[in-house]
Order: sequence, then C-alpha cells, then structure tokens
Amino acid sequence: MASARGKTGDASNEVYLLEAKNITKKFGEFTANDNVSIALKAGEIHALLGENGAGKSTLVKMMYGSLQPTSGTLFWNGEQVEINNPSMARDLGIGMVFQHFSLFESLNVVENIILAIPEEDDIAALAVKIEKVSAQYGLPLEPYAVVADLSVGERQRIEIVRCLLQEPRLLIMDEPTAVLTPQEAEQLFITLRKLTAEGVAILYISHRLEEVRKLCHDATILRRGIVVDNVDPQQETAQSLAQLMVGEAIHKIEARSAKKLGKTLLKTQNLNLKSGLQFGVDLIDINLDVRAGEVLAIAGIAGNGQSELFDALSGETRVSKKSTIQLNGVDCGTRGIRFRRKCEAAFAPEERLGHGAVPSFKLSENVILTRHDSDDDLVRYGFMDGKLMKAIAARITKKRDVRVSKTDPEAESLSGGNLQKFIVGRELDRAPKVLIVNQPTWGVDAGAAAMIRQALINCAGRNAAVLVISQDLDEIFELADRIAVISRGQLSKSFAVEDMTFEKVGLLMAGAHEKALPADNDAADNDAADVEVEDNGAPV
Amino acid sequence: MKIILEKRAQQSKIMAYASPVLAIGLTVILGGIIFALAGYDPQTALYYYFVEPLTNFWSIEEVIVKATPLILIGAGLAICFSANIWNIGAEGQLTMGALVGSFIPVMFTDWQSPLVLLLMLVMGAMGGAAWAGLVAFLKNKFNVNEILTSLMLVYVAQYILDWFVRGPWRDPNGYNFPKSVSFEGWQLLPTYGDGRMHIGALIALIVVVLLTIMMTRSLKGFEIRAIGNSRRAGAFAGFSYKGMTWFCFLLSGALAGLAGIMEVAGPAGQLLPSISPGYGFTAIIVAFLGRLNPMGVLLAGILLAISYLGGDGAQMELGVSVKTAQVFQGMLLFLILTFDTLIRYKVKIIRSQTAEGELT
Repeated sequence: MASARGKTGDASNEVYLLEAKNITKKFGEFTANDNVSIALKAGEIHALLGENGAGKSTLVKMMYGSLQPTSGTLFWNGEQVEINNPSMARDLGIGMVFQHFSLFESLNVVENIILAIPEEDDIAALAVKIEKVSAQYGLPLEPYAVVADLSVGERQRIEIVRCLLQEPRLLIMDEPTAVLTPQEAEQLFITLRKLTAEGVAILYISHRLEEVRKLCHDATILRRGIVVDNVDPQQETAQSLAQLMVGEAIHKIEARSAKKLGKTLLKTQNLNLKSGLQFGVDLIDINLDVRAGEVLAIAGIAGNGQSELFDALSGETRVSKKSTIQLNGVDCGTRGIRFRRKCEAAFAPEERLGHGAVPSFKLSENVILTRHDSDDDLVRYGFMDGKLMKAIAARITKKRDVRVSKTDPEAESLSGGNLQKFIVGRELDRAPKVLIVNQPTWGVDAGAAAMIRQALINCAGRNAAVLVISQDLDEIFELADRIAVISRGQLSKSFAVEDMTFEKVGLLMAGAHEKALPADNDAADNDAADVEVEDNGAPV
Repeated sequence: MKIILEKRAQQSKIMAYASPVLAIGLTVILGGIIFALAGYDPQTALYYYFVEPLTNFWSIEEVIVKATPLILIGAGLAICFSANIWNIGAEGQLTMGALVGSFIPVMFTDWQSPLVLLLMLVMGAMGGAAWAGLVAFLKNKFNVNEILTSLMLVYVAQYILDWFVRGPWRDPNGYNFPKSVSFEGWQLLPTYGDGRMHIGALIALIVVVLLTIMMTRSLKGFEIRAIGNSRRAGAFAGFSYKGMTWFCFLLSGALAGLAGIMEVAGPAGQLLPSISPGYGFTAIIVAFLGRLNPMGVLLAGILLAISYLGGDGAQMELGVSVKTAQVFQGMLLFLILTFDTLIRYKVKIIRSQTAEGELT
C-alpha cells in the first residue's frame, strides 16, 4: 500500500495524458467554466476541488464528452482531440464513475455490465472476466448477485469494474466516497493506488479534504468557474484547502459551553415499520431518546432507512401504536404531522425541493406550508394572512442570511444552500422544542453549511432536543453530543461523541450492531466477515 | 437521432398567459385552411363561426345559455386539475345530476313551491357529487386510475338516464316518445330576456367569484395548489391526498350535477335521453384554456359557447357539418397543451446515440 503511494516514476513523463487548455463553457449568460486549464499525468491521482456550483461537474462532463466547451481545447497524449460524446471518450480510454449510479436494481451484476458494453454478448465469458478484474483490483463482486440486494459500496464496485473492463487510461471519479463507510473507502483507495501503479490517471472529485490530502498527488481548485490554484495537497492542511475552495476563512463552529440536559423530549420505543416500497428499507426495533439541550446524530450510509425513519418521526407515515413515538411528552405514533407540529416539534427533510418546499411557490407561501396549523395567526377562519406570511418570510430571510435576487422569490430560484438556510430557518423561527433534520447540509456550500450547523447547535443550546440524521461524518462529529448509527433499518445504541471514532462509526455503518434476522442470516454473516477484512485499512 | 424534451430552467410567465391566445389564433388559421380544403370560403365560414353569434341579441343570449354549464363544470374541473386530480367524467356527473334532480318534478308532478326548485338544484348537485364520489372512492380504496373510472362512468350514467326516460319516467301522455313530463312553474328556472336565458348564468358567476376567492386567499386553495405542485410537499404540510381526492371529485361532481339539472330545468324543460351536447367534455378544454383559473374559465366558457353556436350557424347557412365545431374544439385543446408543454420544455435533437453517461 505504501509503495504505490510515492510520487516515483511519473515525473519523467513530460507529455500529459489529458490536458485541457483555456476551456470556457457558457450556459446562456452564465459562465460555468472560465478559461480553465488542467493537466493530468499518467499514474497520478489528481484532485478536483471546489464547492457546489464551482464548475467541477461541467469540466468533467466536457472531458467525458457529455458537454462541449464553448471555447478552448483538449489534448489527449499531446494531440488535439474533440470529444463529441461519451462513447468517443470511452474509445480514447476515458472512463467515468458517477456519483449517482445508473444500475437496474432488478438485474444482476453481469446483466448490468453487459448493457454498457454493446460488443459483448456472452454472459458466461463476461462473468469470468468480471471475476478476474475484480480479484485483480481488490473489488470483490459476485457476478450473479442481483443489484437490489447489494450494498451501496458493492454497487459502486460494479460501476468501477464496468469502467475497468474497458481498460481505461483515465478514470474520472465523482465523489466516490460520499456513499462509503470509512473502511470501504480505505478499500477503494487501495484499488485506486493499484491502478495508478499501472499507469492509469485518476481525476478525483471530492469535498473530503483529509482524504484528498492523503490520496492525491496534485490538486486543482475551482472557485466560481475559475482555477484559483494548483497545489500539492500533501503539502497543505485541510484548513488551507478549504480556504482556497471557499475563498474566505470558514466560520468556525462554536460548541455550547454549558450542557445541562433537561427532560427527554423525543423518544421511540421499538419502532418497527414495514416499508411499502419495493426497494424501501424496513425499520426494525428502533429505540432512541433525545433530551432537551442535546444533539443526537444518526450516522449511516444513504439508503439504510434514514428517510423511512424521518417519515416515521415526522408522521408522514404513521405507526399503529400511539406510544411508539413520543414528542415533547405526548404520545403521537398514530397522529399525523400536523398534530406533531402542534406538539412543538419541527421537521426539515432531506429533499429540499418537492418535499421541504414547493418549488414554484414563493418563500412566503412556503412559510404557510409547514406553519398553517402551528402558528395561530397565519390562518384565520380558513383564510391566510398575506401580510404576516411575507413578514415571516422576510424575517427568516434576514436572520438566516438567505441571499435572494428579489423580495419573496420562488423557492426553486434559490441555490441549494440558500434554500436550505431558509427551510431550516423556517423551522427554527418557531423556536421548536423538538427539531428533527435529515441531511441538513447535503449538497450545500461550505459557508452555508457552517451557518446551518451553528444554528442547529444553538437550537439545542436553547433547550430543544435536536435529532440530526446525516451521511457526513465530519458533520456528525461537529454537531453531536451522542452518536448512533443506522444500517439496514436497525439503529445502534448511542455513544457519547467523546467515546466515538471514525473507525467505530465505520464498523457500525457496516452493520456490526445488526441483529441477525432469521430470513437475512447469510447476508448478515457475510457482512461481519467483510468488516474484519476491511478493518486492516489505516484510519482516515 | 432522437428527439427529447428538455426542461427549461426558466419558464416565461408572459408565455403562460399568451399560450391560450396563440392557441386560439392558430386554431382559427388552421380552421380556415380546413374550410378552404373542403371547398368553403374560409372568410365566410369563420365569420359564421366566431362573429355571427355575437351580432344579435337572440344569439348573445344563447351564448350565455350555452356558456353557463361550460363555466360551471369548467370551474370545478379547474380546481381538480390544479390539484393534479383528473376528473374526465363530468359529462356523466352532469347526466346523473339531471336525473337525480328531476326526481321531484317527475314523481310529484303537481307540487308547486319555490322549495321544489331549491330541492331540485340541491338534489342535482348531490347526484353529480355522488357519481363523482364513486370515482374518488375507487381511487382511494383500491388505487384505481381515476381517468379510466370517471370516463367509463359517463357511459354508465347515460344508459341509466336512457332507461329511465324510456321506461319508468316516460311521459304517459307523450305518444311513446322517450321523454319525461314537461316541467312547469316552480319546476323550471326563472328566465330573462326572450325566454331561454335563465338564472343559472348568475349562479355560475357567483360560483366563479367564490372559487376565485377560495383559490387565492384560503388555506383550502393553498392546499389544492400545494398538492398539485408537489404531492410529497403537500404531505409534508400535513394535507391529506385522499381527502383532497374526495374534495375535488365531490366539488367538481356537484358543479357538473348542478349544470345538469339546470339544463333540464332550463332550456330543455323536461328530461330527455340526451341533455348535453358534450358540455362535460368541452369543459375540459374550458378549464385548460382558462389556465385552471376560475376567472379565466369564465372567458374560455364564453368563447367555446360561441363555437357551439357558430357550429350550428355554419351548418344552417353553409351546410358545414355540425361536427366541425368538435374539430375546432379538439384542435384548440391539442394546441394549448402543445404550447403549455413548449413553455415548460424545449425540444432538443440529439444526433448520435449517447450511452449510459447521459442517463444519469
């Protein structure tokens, strides 16, 4: 592992594998990439850093042929090329692993891969190839497993193997570790280092700076479509990289000083819930409690029951027993979200547009969306108070520094970070006793994320019980007083943040706490074995 | 090569209102071409269709008579469609309203009192609501697609009406014609002018005003728009989708039923096997042409009433088939939906097939 890591051998190669020179991409008036140049060497892991909207995706889409530059040129091995579509990119030897997988859940691994390789038609032969490649690069994969049964990490392996079968010379990876446990991520790094040792170049998009610092040989930083710097990440600190990305010092989060906990305000007792959806996750025996003044954070990889848990807590799905869920001392398992809001609970879901807010509604109308019942004055005799709606929207906009282009804009016109500030602000404005937030800073820029996290901590400081469900481990450790982990619909015990480490969370993410279920016995056993193997990796 | 529709980042507000105007303009132009191809002078034909109905008092009154059911039903459907709930069977609800509302005048022929008229209207609305409620029940209970059930129930309703007027409710002194006894006195709506324009026009106007207030100011209207725009966000607000389904079907059904009984107690004056020239279907066009906005429905209802009348006029004057009016209506709906789609999406032509990268 260590041998593949040095910068030996690649300095001699003067011709770049892929070089983009003065690339500009405009969408109408908006310039997504402005005179961007970047050069990738064979055998190197090159990080592409930047906040959301900095232009990273635009740039890699041009390299992969899904977008065409407005001006500027691409060079492949020193020769000028035009990449008109992804299949041309693949023919050159460029592969890409997307953040969101394009897999058919009801098909198995080989079937999914054969769909992407039109010239291949022999399933059995391909299965052998898949086994060979996956063994070679340490990507264990069962060719005939159905995708729906696989973990996110395994699904990502399918995407990677699919690329590797075409023997790429450049592999573009978009936020590959966002969906992995720390152990799985470590496993992936081994694979990536093996690939670079064979001379493959990797363009690595991530916002996890520690990981970039450890893994990458070179880093190009984009800010608002412009290359602001090109650095050796191993010579930088996470702090200095963040500052380059954001362009200003990031507001440091202040922890609360006094921690006097009050009564338990949020409690579930043996919460069991069958998911109605085909690939949904059943919740199994979830017990949690949050006391006034503390933040309980629930970690876990996406798709392990987080949204099901959120819906059960918010009352969008109800359970059959009243006492299963207790909010602010009131049993409300069977009651809907309106009743629960009246118990002074507030909720902010993961999906901002189309769940937390109606996209085409103005902010003032979106105030009504969650507060029509709980705020006495907003709706009287069935009629809405237009003035008050606007006043509340203005108050939230001001207090949470929501940047708007005009007064009272439509929700869909706001950037992700600004809309999230508004949605969280809308709930905080009620001064709730219980606050439940799912993925509070998912896809939010660093500045906004820091503000939102601070607001959540302050909310607990005002003696509310705060439950944060998040995939972002940094966020979890920043916010939490106690941490619990959800995997496959089962919630671990909670541990004080002082007693938790990334490795411990990682083991729990992989299901170390899961009780073996009668029907699922094999899978659970396999997972436990996996964890032991993967645990050899160095701590992140 | 393939053609795809790509969602626009920005939707033009102006175009949203211009779209019905453009659709009407293009319908007129295409209509002129069709007339020319069929061998009629397009100018004369279009004159009979769209201008002549407005040239004398009698026909203006007639426009109002025909616009009344279109506006009543269209306003109800506009509410439904705003909530993304699809009641396609207003014609059947109209039929049921007419049938149930006629119960008293047919069974108690001699009863004369203002109460009779009131009861007829109430029972008509209830008949329509019950028929639509059946659709809501099937959707909520068994998740049956409301488009199919509401549409199919139209034909069921029509056959039930047919059976009644040919069977038990046939006028004993009617020489075996399939019709009920003629209504009289308080069994008929008060009329104005030359005698066909009735108080229903006023009722339609009041309904439009009330629904406008509901949609813009009330929490119910907010609920309808929220669920229509995003069902998930509506659920997050705590609005019940099943409740909304009931509300929309009962409301639009009641308005269609009211329109039905007002046809019977107004222009027809008795129950006949066929009481509407497809008002329930045309009202779908009215709702869309009116931008799902009750006030817009008012204007759209008048316009389509003119086309009905123009169809009759053109048949009498030029011998054009009366079905041409339906061609016009069809073109109008088609064009307006096309324009609406183009406001939301732009057409993109992709020359070469791109692979999985594009799918993400």
